[in-house]
Amino acid sequence: MNRAHVRPATAVPIRRTVRVDAILSRATGYLVVLALAALMLMPLSWMVSTSLKELHDVYTYPPSWIPKTVVWSNYPTALTTFPFLKYLGNTLIITATTVIGTLVSSCLVAYGFARLPAPGRGFLFILLLSTMMLPGQVTIIPLFILYTKLGWVNTYLPLIVPSWFAAGAFYVFLLRQFFLTIPNELSDAARVDGAGELVILTRVILPLSRPALLTVIVFSFMQHWNDFWGPLIFLQKEDTYTLSLGLAMFLTSIGSGMGRQWNLMMAASFVVMVPIIALFFFAQRYFIEGIALTGLKG
Amino acid sequence: MKRGGLARRQAILFYAFVSPWIIGFLAFYIGPMIASFYLSLTSYEIIQPGEWVGLGNYGLLLTGDSLFWHSMSITAVYSALRIPLGLLIALGIALLLNQQLRGMSIYRTIYFLPTLLPAVASSILWVWVFEPNYGVLNNGLALVGVQGPRWLGDVDWALYAMVIMSLWGFGGAMIIFLAGLQGVPRTLYEAAMIDGANRWARFWNVTFPMISPVFFFNLVLGTIGAMQVFGEAYVVGMAGPGPGGPANATLFYYVLYLYTTAFTYLRMGYGAAMAWVLFLLILLLTGLNFVVGRRWVYYAG
Repeated sequence: MNRAHVRPATAVPIRRTVRVDAILSRATGYLVVLALAALMLMPLSWMVSTSLKELHDVYTYPPSWIPKTVVWSNYPTALTTFPFLKYLGNTLIITATTVIGTLVSSCLVAYGFARLPAPGRGFLFILLLSTMMLPGQVTIIPLFILYTKLGWVNTYLPLIVPSWFAAGAFYVFLLRQFFLTIPNELSDAARVDGAGELVILTRVILPLSRPALLTVIVFSFMQHWNDFWGPLIFLQKEDTYTLSLGLAMFLTSIGSGMGRQWNLMMAASFVVMVPIIALFFFAQRYFIEGIALTGLKG
Repeated sequence: MKRGGLARRQAILFYAFVSPWIIGFLAFYIGPMIASFYLSLTSYEIIQPGEWVGLGNYGLLLTGDSLFWHSMSITAVYSALRIPLGLLIALGIALLLNQQLRGMSIYRTIYFLPTLLPAVASSILWVWVFEPNYGVLNNGLALVGVQGPRWLGDVDWALYAMVIMSLWGFGGAMIIFLAGLQGVPRTLYEAAMIDGANRWARFWNVTFPMISPVFFFNLVLGTIGAMQVFGEAYVVGMAGPGPGGPANATLFYYVLYLYTTAFTYLRMGYGAAMAWVLFLLILLLTGLNFVVGRRWVYYAG
């Protein structure tokens, strides 16, 4: 009660400092944010700039941002210097089959965890989450030995098969969280009409889960497009390489030191990045929601 | 009777739906884990069947392997720099972006994009950025009168270069912080302002406690990620001044050592022991985070 008397006297100065404070912090905010944005973009624009330069222009001191002559042909040259199309095809086969496998298996498993009560379900869910903590290095050696014995090394099976068995716990978790938000009444209504669980999943739940499904597609695409560790270990024959692996190997083949053709290297690296950049611009929302979800609920 | 029937039916259906994961869990996690632990107790080398050595691999690793300590200390120094710096930048920028700045979504896009790019391609890009004579970084530094070091080609600087490279990927943690910040109720700030709390006090008494679970999550995830750095180190080693150059010795991360042990020299028993040491270390650090976290992480409700 006493406070109420004191308040009006101090209210005005507080408001003024708050306003000055807010304007100042906004101004510095814009400054920092802009400067940092420029800094963040610098490597990428440097990459594009180098990719369009002639080799002697690359090694001119001091370097300039704008190529003296713009050499578009660096791109076709870079992409024919190593079997780019072959690697692209390999990468697409792996990504497409793993994305589909992840989607199919994760939906089934997530539906079970979200909608079908059973003894042991909670325990199994904790087990599922705990697999996210296990470093891949622990399992890779026995898996490599197993795949060698099965004759799977130098095939895509080691990279593809796990995705069909919902090995990516993150995707199951993400879908389950989403399925939980769909009202039970909808599936109950379908059940009254005599629909089985699989029908409920495909006809009721999935059509309502578009954002979650897109998040899974986008993330699993990125994961396998970018993957280096798996291909490096399981793909040892050159004609089975993926783009990431091929790019790393290409690096050693273009010489070293002063003679290194950085313009071609940058062109090839940029091309490998482009699908991810494009995907990000079209599906930014799903990337951000997916990442945010891991932080808030994980 | 009917209810029991339904429950049973649902339980059976649950196991049917979850069966792909159960098979996958046994085949790709539990089975390999047991096999890996068994291997770590042998001298298995793929071309020749190993012998049982008990805890010999572990003993050798911890007491007789200087490369183990070398690679561990590199990984530790790298992590000790990368984790706090990355968290600080990510949180600072998230706080800035959270003030409803105009064009916020554009900045968010720009900051977030690098985290998604393929590690191989972006590592190659950074090798070129760090190039001492013609690279953009040292030329930028020259503009302000600073003579840049040889970065990846210099024993004393290579690790810092790797840290800088990793900071380019602060966007993931930033997005998680932003999501956390957006969940802090406005009314709390209003209440704090009425009480006359300044910016700093508001941060420490409102913002930080409210986002501490998110901070904790980023810390745990960041620790696990930093311990397992591989692709960047591999590519930089290949692109650097050549095998055997200073970059290779100074960037000999633990997982890189593990990889060469198991897959270049095919010493798979020893490699498996290395993997278990890594796993136990990660568990230990995560556990430590949880114990210490209890003192500063605040869970509302």
